[in-house]
Amino acid sequence: MILFAILAGIAAITAVGVVAFGNTVRSALCLVLNFFVLGGLYFTLQAELLGITQIIVYTGAIMVLFLFVIMLLNLGAPAPLEERPDFVKKGLGFLFGGAMFGLVATQIVMPFATTKQVMAPEGFGSPQAVGRALFTSYVWPFEVASILLTVGVVGSILLAKRRIATGGVEEEAN
Amino acid sequence: METSVPLGAYLALGLFMFTVGTVGVIIRRNPIVIFMCIELMLNAVNLTFLAFAKYGPVAPGVNPAESAMAGQMMVIFVMAVAAAEVAVGLGIIMAIYRLRATIDVDEMSMMRG
Repeated sequence: MILFAILAGIAAITAVGVVAFGNTVRSALCLVLNFFVLGGLYFTLQAELLGITQIIVYTGAIMVLFLFVIMLLNLGAPAPLEERPDFVKKGLGFLFGGAMFGLVATQIVMPFATTKQVMAPEGFGSPQAVGRALFTSYVWPFEVASILLTVGVVGSILLAKRRIATGGVEEEAN
Repeated sequence: METSVPLGAYLALGLFMFTVGTVGVIIRRNPIVIFMCIELMLNAVNLTFLAFAKYGPVAPGVNPAESAMAGQMMVIFVMAVAAAEVAVGLGIIMAIYRLRATIDVDEMSMMRG
């Protein structure tokens, strides 16, 4: 319980930090901490494999990509990342956010507020159990996900290479 | 088997993170921060999936082990899709920045280049 409270508190604070910090690098570092703590929370849910996957995939791979792009964009121009205050948008955002929070909290979270009965069998999150399910019952979605990742890799390489491919044309147009 | 942490605590944390992500997507203008907020929302959903995988009320006739595994499988596929989405999305942001020299989303309301 104490462990959960600590992890959940850090996760909540860093989640607010992601939105509240004006500096993009600080937001990204908050998000790293958030994902790391979430990995710990997955451990408290006995999903050990997914906790480790969370730390490797999110705090490892995805956040490195984010920080890389932030550094790349910040390098030449700090000005494009600057934000102007917009009170209408902020007001509407908090209104919608608060409304959604209230609705889901009363309708979905409250009925489960005191549920403590664990339904899952012992060791349901172990690598053996997850791996067996992934390569038997879920092998078709697994293959589809691998195709999606291949398409994503090829697409992002194409997007990133575009300047080299069309650089001559752009220079002529200018 | 009972634990000291109720299901509602995990759901409340997931809901809080999702709400913060939603508000961030609406109020921020930097597309990279908007992307990070989307990741926050995806992770909130993942946390909810895993919480339900462990505690979830199982419908009659459904094996609890299969039900718990289904939640974890969803989380794995959400992670895979999120990784692909981040790679492509950041590539698009880079391409737009190269083209327009700005990444403010309010300046990019046009659909044509």
